[in-house]
Amino acid sequence: MGRYLGRKLLIYLLTFFVAVSIDWLIPRFMPGSPVETMLARFSLRADATEVLRSYYIRAFQLDLPLWQQYLNFWSALFRGDLGVSTWLFPQPVFEIIKRAVPYDLFLLLPAIVLSWLAGNRVGAMAARVRWLDNTILPLGYVLTATPYMWLALVLAWALGNVAGLFPIAGAYSFAVRPHLSWAFLLDALWHWFLPFLSLFLVMFGGWAIGMRNMIIYELESDYSRYLESLGTPRSLIRKYAFRNAMLPQITGLALQLGTMVAGALATEIVFAYPGIGYLILQGVQNQDYFLIQGCFLFIIIGVLLANFIIDIVYVVVDPRTRLGMTGE
Amino acid sequence: MRAKVLFAMTMVSVLALLLSSCAPVTVTVVQTAPPVVQTAPPVKETVVVVPTSPPSPVTYPREETLYTSGKQWGPPTSWNPLQPGSYAMGVIGLCYETLFLYDPLKNEYIPWLAESGRWAGDKVYEVKLRQGITWSDGQPFSAADVVYTFELGKLAGVYYQPLWDWLTKVEAVDDTTVRFTFSEVRYQEWGNTLYSVAMVPKHLWEGRTVEEIVNGPNLPPVGTGAYLYETHSEDRMVWKRNENWWAIKLLKRSVAPKYIVDIVNPSNNVALGLFLKGEMDLSNNFLPGIATLVEGGYGVQTWYDDPPYMLSANTAFLFMNLTKKPMDDPAFRKAMAYAVDVDEIVVKVYGNIVQKANPTGLLPTWEQYVDPAVVSELGFSYDPAKAKAILDQAGYKDVNGDGFREAPDGSAIALKIIVPFGWTDWMESIRVIAKGAQAVGINLQPDFPDFGGYWDQLTGGTFDMAINNFGSNLSDTPWTFYFWLFRNPITEKMSNGNFGRYNNPEVFDLVVQLDKTPIDPAAMKAVISKIQRIQLTDMPAVPLWYNGLWAQWNSTYWTNWPSAAPEAPKYLPCTWNGYWNMTALLMLTELKPAK
Repeated sequence: MGRYLGRKLLIYLLTFFVAVSIDWLIPRFMPGSPVETMLARFSLRADATEVLRSYYIRAFQLDLPLWQQYLNFWSALFRGDLGVSTWLFPQPVFEIIKRAVPYDLFLLLPAIVLSWLAGNRVGAMAARVRWLDNTILPLGYVLTATPYMWLALVLAWALGNVAGLFPIAGAYSFAVRPHLSWAFLLDALWHWFLPFLSLFLVMFGGWAIGMRNMIIYELESDYSRYLESLGTPRSLIRKYAFRNAMLPQITGLALQLGTMVAGALATEIVFAYPGIGYLILQGVQNQDYFLIQGCFLFIIIGVLLANFIIDIVYVVVDPRTRLGMTGE
Repeated sequence: MRAKVLFAMTMVSVLALLLSSCAPVTVTVVQTAPPVVQTAPPVKETVVVVPTSPPSPVTYPREETLYTSGKQWGPPTSWNPLQPGSYAMGVIGLCYETLFLYDPLKNEYIPWLAESGRWAGDKVYEVKLRQGITWSDGQPFSAADVVYTFELGKLAGVYYQPLWDWLTKVEAVDDTTVRFTFSEVRYQEWGNTLYSVAMVPKHLWEGRTVEEIVNGPNLPPVGTGAYLYETHSEDRMVWKRNENWWAIKLLKRSVAPKYIVDIVNPSNNVALGLFLKGEMDLSNNFLPGIATLVEGGYGVQTWYDDPPYMLSANTAFLFMNLTKKPMDDPAFRKAMAYAVDVDEIVVKVYGNIVQKANPTGLLPTWEQYVDPAVVSELGFSYDPAKAKAILDQAGYKDVNGDGFREAPDGSAIALKIIVPFGWTDWMESIRVIAKGAQAVGINLQPDFPDFGGYWDQLTGGTFDMAINNFGSNLSDTPWTFYFWLFRNPITEKMSNGNFGRYNNPEVFDLVVQLDKTPIDPAAMKAVISKIQRIQLTDMPAVPLWYNGLWAQWNSTYWTNWPSAAPEAPKYLPCTWNGYWNMTALLMLTELKPAK
């Protein structure tokens, strides 16, 4: 067990190093430079632009040779310093992410977890109830094939603009200052519902289809046939099938949760819901090396952690992994 | 049963994952202000500005709140008036104020923190401050603050640093008199400085490090202005009226909205949706198709009821790279000017919300500086036949019969015109321009690199042709316009202006001469006329259209908006940087609640 985890951990550390290096490198391949883009946006008088240009290039250390910038980046990273954003100057990247991510978690965590629970349940049922299969299957395919943005737009238009049941923008009313009260909580939930629903529905389709197909596959497999021929009760076979079918779903869930800090770009834009997705897009468009690096760092950490946890969970859920560790 | 246990375990590990990856993150959404009962507390005499504390109502009454959008492209992150491009909506104007305001519609400087200003000698300018102005923390505003603010310009990274190239010293003669001594007088630039540099409080700033002064977010901001920082979050900036604002007593003016909530620019569908639902009062976003809503009786209003609907804010230019063939040939550039059908761009791309530019490119507010004699002699308009004739005469002929002209030396011409990808109006406009060029036999193709690539090509001088307008903004003097258009010296990187690298010392000298000309239309016109003659003869860049001062509003909650209507106030309805001090602030003093 210890050796297994140790080996895994080493691989993860190596992956982290490579991924973060790539994360540092890629924005620097883009044409242009963050300072130029930042100043272009300022639209100042021409002489002021020159003054700020030479100042910011030095301030952001973009005048140093690349290898030195790279070393500085790692040493700053170990001190927990992700740098200062150019697009959202002078805000430190960590502050920006810290303020934006709670919105993503609030939106995505329930959407992913609830859709996963519901999707698996319904998918598994669909696999054994014919009428359910006939309705859920096409519906699931339609949902999972729907672009997030399109469904979001339809919901915003139908329930927001036409029916007027829900607000179409913001995380809470623009007329409210955040405070602890039921009214504020309800207001936030009311703004949260449509973005949540649009994510939930699309994800639900994916999970349900996946589960339904996995169950059918498992029920057709040799061990199910063998159990069947032994006269094992169907409910027991289904239980076995369900457990086996769960494995890929758990991996899927973990990966989804791992990338959660990347936000939900399309949904956030359609509902003007604050979150990290829009920041990443703007970071890229403004060539904000530091913001891009910071955001992707968290995504890398998220994905690696999720994978690592999956590795551990698999040891518990899948006896074959345990066998592999101690068998030889 | 096992399945359930496993579920639980997965959930626990998932939670652990979440907590570990975002441990310090969770609480920010709910700020600590205690739940406050709706009854407003009595207004105290001295206002203490701390962002979360003085108990203010948790909901802003709709009829007392002005909702705006258009300036913020991302979460507000800076309240530092020394960071001219980054500061949150209204930091200069609503919170920090300038010595003067400038009214572009009347071409007038309005004394603001200053009571008056005058040239007290050849190279000495004296500003008299109003008495009785206080910072929002109750401290008096005085000449020491003005001196301090201008002295900050000596620090690297402060945008008005170039001022010290020709400013020798700033001194406080007494509490309300400030004297500026120059080594060289640049009247135009000085006028521009007087209404754009915002005063900061010495007593709060002098203890700060240089790093804090130049790069700090400066939260909470303490200014002299009509509004106090209330709160901000990822998608909004909220200002609250300063009940002790000096102008209430000294000028008998007060701003109508008790709160201003500026919403970070949402996508077009959301902006329009909020607007039509009456949840947004003033939008300074570019909303394509807004003309239809104005005409269609949706309660949407703009400056003019008819085309061009909007005032003009800047001039879009077609820049040509003069370091490349055939753009180095004035005849070729002139032919391009005649080949572009700007009317088609105005009507089809913009739906009539922009105006065709005058051949000089000077904004309508600078109309008095256009020399009609020069324009009638050297001006241009869309005329493909004329373009063809010019090209024929200059020796550009289709030798190989591919439908496109070759250069006089027989080499092929294949050019690209660029704008940033995603700037849809500009993208459509260069399609029209390319079509016009092709119709007269110039092989010009539209190309859409992403913004970084576009800017790199433009400033690095590797482009062929491009659209740009970043420095042609409305201001108090055409000098800023020419200073940008004829930016010099020509360097490897042209960060702001003269992207085509037009190198003509004669016109560069004229721009300097204009700068040193007193603010007197007659004297300015004489210099500007000479500049125009050179500009239209050499045609280094072609003025195309005036981008609008995008502004649309809704009168459901606020009325008496400024507009072209005869009885309406004449101030700029705009929340962008630099517009609050171009009279937009006065718009707030004219607004009236609808109910």
